[in-house]
Amino acid sequence: MSLNIFLQNLSNGISLGCLFALVAIGYTMVYGVLRLINFAHGDIFMMAAFFVFYAMTIFSLPWGIACLVAIILAMVLGRTIERVAYKPLRNAPRISSLCSAIGMSFLLENFAIVVFGGRPKSFYRPEFFAKTFVLGEVRVPGVNFVTPIVSIVFLLILSYIVYRTKTGLAMRAISKDFDTAMLMGINLDRTISFTFMIGSGLAAVGAILWALRYPQIWPFMGVFPGWRAFTAAIIGGIGSIRGAMVGGFLVGLLTIMIVAFLPELAGYKDAFIFVILIFVLLFKPEGLFGEE
Amino acid sequence: MIEKKKDFLLLKIATILIIILFIFVAQRNFDTYVIRILNLCGIYVILGVSLNLINGFTGQFSLGHAGFMAIGAYVSALLYMSPELKEVNYFITPLIWPLSVIQIPFVFSLIIAGLVSAGVGFLVGAPCLRLRGDYLAIVTFGFSEIIRVLFCNLQNITNGPLGLKGLPSYTNLWWSWGIAIFAVWFIKNLINSSYGRALKSIREDDIAAEAMGVNLFYHKVLSFVVGAFFAGIGGALLGSLVMTIDPNTFSFFMTFQIIIIVIVGGLGSITGTVIVGVLFAVLMEVLRSVESPMSFFGLNIPGIPGMRMLIFAILLMIVVLFFHQGLMGNREWSWEWLYYKLTRSKKEIKEGS
Amino acid sequence: MKRLGLMVVILLSFLLMFSLVAGAAEEIVIGVYEPMTGPYAAGGQMTMEGVNLAFEQQPTVLGRPIKMVLVDNKSEKVEAANAVARLIEFEKAVAIVGTYGSACAIPGSEVANKAGIPMMGCSPTNPLVTLGKPYAFRACFIDPFQGAVMANFAVNNLNAKTAVVIQDIASDYAVGLSNFFREAFIKLTGNPKSIVGLISYQTGDQDFTAQVTYAASKNPDVVFVPAGSYGDAALIIKQGKEMGITAKFLGGDTWEAPEFIEVGGEAVEGGYFSTHFDATAVTTKAAEKFCKDFEEKYKKAPSAFAALGFDAFNLVVDAIKRAGSADPKAIRDALAETKDYEGVTGMITLDYNGDATKDAIIKTIENGQFKYVATVRPF
Repeated sequence: MSLNIFLQNLSNGISLGCLFALVAIGYTMVYGVLRLINFAHGDIFMMAAFFVFYAMTIFSLPWGIACLVAIILAMVLGRTIERVAYKPLRNAPRISSLCSAIGMSFLLENFAIVVFGGRPKSFYRPEFFAKTFVLGEVRVPGVNFVTPIVSIVFLLILSYIVYRTKTGLAMRAISKDFDTAMLMGINLDRTISFTFMIGSGLAAVGAILWALRYPQIWPFMGVFPGWRAFTAAIIGGIGSIRGAMVGGFLVGLLTIMIVAFLPELAGYKDAFIFVILIFVLLFKPEGLFGEE
Repeated sequence: MIEKKKDFLLLKIATILIIILFIFVAQRNFDTYVIRILNLCGIYVILGVSLNLINGFTGQFSLGHAGFMAIGAYVSALLYMSPELKEVNYFITPLIWPLSVIQIPFVFSLIIAGLVSAGVGFLVGAPCLRLRGDYLAIVTFGFSEIIRVLFCNLQNITNGPLGLKGLPSYTNLWWSWGIAIFAVWFIKNLINSSYGRALKSIREDDIAAEAMGVNLFYHKVLSFVVGAFFAGIGGALLGSLVMTIDPNTFSFFMTFQIIIIVIVGGLGSITGTVIVGVLFAVLMEVLRSVESPMSFFGLNIPGIPGMRMLIFAILLMIVVLFFHQGLMGNREWSWEWLYYKLTRSKKEIKEGS
Repeated sequence: MKRLGLMVVILLSFLLMFSLVAGAAEEIVIGVYEPMTGPYAAGGQMTMEGVNLAFEQQPTVLGRPIKMVLVDNKSEKVEAANAVARLIEFEKAVAIVGTYGSACAIPGSEVANKAGIPMMGCSPTNPLVTLGKPYAFRACFIDPFQGAVMANFAVNNLNAKTAVVIQDIASDYAVGLSNFFREAFIKLTGNPKSIVGLISYQTGDQDFTAQVTYAASKNPDVVFVPAGSYGDAALIIKQGKEMGITAKFLGGDTWEAPEFIEVGGEAVEGGYFSTHFDATAVTTKAAEKFCKDFEEKYKKAPSAFAALGFDAFNLVVDAIKRAGSADPKAIRDALAETKDYEGVTGMITLDYNGDATKDAIIKTIENGQFKYVATVRPF
């Protein structure tokens, strides 16, 4: 493989990795505070893309405002899901909330099929994002410049929130010890809602960037990025924001590089990633950056 | 008391006889559409009960049922298909040698399907069952996806995404209901044995169970392997009922349907699983009318595609949120239970008056 | 708990009553099963436009009213088999029309064939739909022909010497068509190494950059994209253009959907694909009338799938007429004898397998529109 092609694949992999990372953070944060795999996260991602679509087609909002509205709506949706589907089960066995999460994901997907229809819709792309820039021999679509920048900016903001603010402190306390945190007077409901809102907001940002890169939206669009991001969160160490970021990069790069280096085995790509996931879980269940 | 035990045994035998009589009549007189749905009922019961053994009784949340079904369906189909049929199916990439000439009777292919599936269940379960609840869910999900991807790619064994078509339809009510009854009987006895008590103790508190001398590894793997065995047979029956299988039939959605049955029926209740398994197969068909246009007191409602699954999703959420225990919780229905219920309520009435 | 149980029971009995009331005597029931939801929903909906028009124009046959019953197969195999069983046993259909998507048509035709009810496929192109099933027919050509048509076009019209194939490893349609194209291409170029690259992806993937970078590095003359879903094909071409592929993209009949152009935008301009019908290149009188009626009813030009749905339904009605009865066996025999039937997708003759022998159409995308390029006769 020539250097050019390698660099081309690297650039594609990094952009894909950033997208996974944004979604993975949502999984990781929710798991951190609730010890719950939020299966519906990928579907919040999907709903956010549809929010942008309908904000533009039905309410004819300009693109930027539509995105903002979609992010806010996704945050509201995330919070609502937490209130309706997870809060009542907080003291029930873990398996109940897992069932509830799977059910919620199923509900959102089928809701989308009934309301939005099953046919893929095309997603609007502003001029800059659709253009391809040629750097040397490497071709980079405009959106691939934006994605890493947006990801890093959000990671910085998030790190600030989690490590420098009171709410962040509360989140970390809850993830360490649920009951003690409550005894210390931390407002559990508010903190958990806040976590869900941030996670869902990031999913919405991820969804918008995703749809700009792959401008096709349909009710099951969240399944593939969702599972990938989730895998990333586990490989990175679920509960750790840094881990989710690194895991996202790793999974994104792997997805591309397996195909690039082993084109004959490209069909096995998904199996490879799951095998790696299983090995990580078996030999280092806390992930690369997770705590023991 | 001994007298009563005998009575219950008689009652049980009578129940089974009635079911057999029903199957006999149904297989001869019902039209194929109804028989088809009844077959599906039986298969869902097999799948549901086997998943409930893993998820409900042992408390190990597995999302890998579709993977075991896929293995069962493919193993049995490759064994009972005739060589000529295989040649027609594998028209792009020929089937590798020993498989291309083998043909064995359906019943043996079913048993081998179950055994192979159980073997894979052991290979997957042995290393993975060390993991905690939700991690196990992920690993088993990953396993079923790996199976799907492998089956798509291994074209000289599975025919890839083209799948196997025109399978002879051996599945009838005798098979599906017979095996369903056997599965229920087997798992019920397993649960009521000392093994079953060990499994339940693992579900309630694995550390305490271990302290009491329960071999965690052995019992977890046992329930996983038995579950995989019946899942494999269920998959084989489904393949022969639908007469065509391919890797995408056994996606996460398939596992999901079985999980709905188990959760709604109640994790830890065989009775619940049986009732909901049958209801699920029937409702899936009956609710079709929701999707076709209908007039309702002069009001024309256009057909909404996808409505059926939405209703299922809402029903599932209602059960999960408001009836944490599912339809039956962990109660079981039996003649004994009915008897004591009846006598006790009579007593209560007497006392009341 | 009791209340829930009661609710379910009430719901059940209610719905049962509903379905029992339906169905009066003397009607001839033609069952239709199509994907109205799921990944093939677009194809199913387009097909239904044609079927509905055909039904509107011919609501009676042999002096008896036709009752058309549509059942959704959810783009799923188990559902497709259930749907056909339901049509036959519950709705008492004497003939069945459907479905878009070979994956669903194959289990459907199994059930119909076993029950001895003729099934007329609209657009499933996989050879196995009709193979060895006397009761299964179809109104369209089959994949070996389609693959050969595109290979022929690539070699003879585009002077292609090398090709890369990007296939969906989880789609039976894509793997089949990819295989037939490669065989024909190698035969036509006489060079066993003329397929310079074959690379796979999985249904559900959205990022194809690694696959198209691989394709670009092989520098082929044409890239063949037999995607099971038009959305995937559009995204592959789009990303291919971004990664600098200058070769022409070729594909199969799944491309023909308005969303293909919407999603693909400028990138799909200049791609070629084979299909069944084109409103601007009609060959029969029936087709002219069909285009006019269709535009009147739906205010748009008919798609190939609508045309095939129209033909499939009419072929069945025509067979009932010729058979002079609504007996499934008689309808089957009449269908098997179909010869030079003037359909809107060309003159249709059903061969001994029950497959239609007829022209394929090659189209391209120009200025955001599908445009007719050539008609290819059966070889």
